[in-house]
Amino acid sequence: MTTAPASGILVACHHCDFLHRETALAPGGVARCRRCGSMLYRNSGASLDRAVALTLTALVLLVIANAFPIVALEFQGQRDATTLVGAVEALYRQEKPLVAGLVLVTTVLAPVIELAGMLYVVLPLRFGRVPRYFAHAIRLMQALRPWGMVEVFMLGLLVSLVKLGGFATVIIDKAFWSFGALMVVMAAWTVSWDARELWSRAQADAKP
Amino acid sequence: MTTGTTAGLGLLACHSCGLVSRQPRNGEHAECGRCGAPLHARKLYSVRRTWAFLIAAALLYIPANAMPVMYSSSLFGSQQDTILSGVAYLWSSGSWPLAIVVFVASITVPLLKIIALTVLVVSVQRRSTRWPRERTLLYRVLELVGRWSMLDIYVVTVLVALVHLQALATIQAGPGAVAFGAVVVLTMLASMSFDPRLIWDSVDTPHG
Repeated sequence: MTTAPASGILVACHHCDFLHRETALAPGGVARCRRCGSMLYRNSGASLDRAVALTLTALVLLVIANAFPIVALEFQGQRDATTLVGAVEALYRQEKPLVAGLVLVTTVLAPVIELAGMLYVVLPLRFGRVPRYFAHAIRLMQALRPWGMVEVFMLGLLVSLVKLGGFATVIIDKAFWSFGALMVVMAAWTVSWDARELWSRAQADAKP
Repeated sequence: MTTGTTAGLGLLACHSCGLVSRQPRNGEHAECGRCGAPLHARKLYSVRRTWAFLIAAALLYIPANAMPVMYSSSLFGSQQDTILSGVAYLWSSGSWPLAIVVFVASITVPLLKIIALTVLVVSVQRRSTRWPRERTLLYRVLELVGRWSMLDIYVVTVLVALVHLQALATIQAGPGAVAFGAVVVLTMLASMSFDPRLIWDSVDTPHG
């Protein structure tokens, strides 16, 4: 198997298969397909330092968001608080294991594994090393990407609080704010890396 | 004869790292020379798999909306809620912006996604050459909005976890929630299985 002609790097559009030659972009710039208009690649302008910082921040927030109660409900003197895992457990006990599993994967497992994979990849890169199983880690992150839904969960949380507000006192707890912050950090984190950039970084670092 | 497309030039693009390589001559199983991911000119069995997921999603869309997603009971009586009655409750309690958000995310998005993907697959099977750019754009929009349908699953999760003051009030997840979760996952799998490059193949080789 041979690689493509060395005269300039070729970029294929994943949406219409049109072939382009890579051109340098200003930081924050986006290259779009000439034929169908889909995004080809971007120059995030983000340093590896920023990627490491965002990944660590998101991981810490995710731990806090899972360790503490999100909201509590006060109703005629009784108080009930729930964590995310507690909510998953409640669904499981009500014989809804599929729904419980879906919630667990989309709000906890997929983001945790994706962030851990990112840390595993960017931390060594930051120090000029390419970690073992680099390619596998990237593919794992790409596969998990669509299934992490922290921002959708946040909106669902707001809707359920509005529904409960009618008949009980809702007390917002620590993990609620962590989820809010996590949503913002994850949005910045998502655009701070793409597989192309990480690969060209790894190729520059790898000793022949 | 095609010019400018990756496949037309006898090349293959890696879906993971983006590297463009030559197609192996003897048509054997190809692997990316840089990251080792399997290479395919088009997603495997794209049309068949998209149809399978779409049909399953369309069938489950009916119980997802007709069956209750939630049973609530309190001292004052019990009640069951479908997705639509949940929207109606939000509307009548004055939170109409949230009612609109939930209606769009839970009812409109899955339905439009099923219809739009069906249109896309049929257009590919009929080798339509009309509006390829618009159809690609439609596909990109579908990829972005599908995840927001998970909203109602999270609402049920939070309500179930918080309202279990055994003597006073409880909320139980209903069978509609299982069907609804399945619809979201199946429509996501359907859009992942569809290969938008097939839209352009009919344009590139109209009589092929």
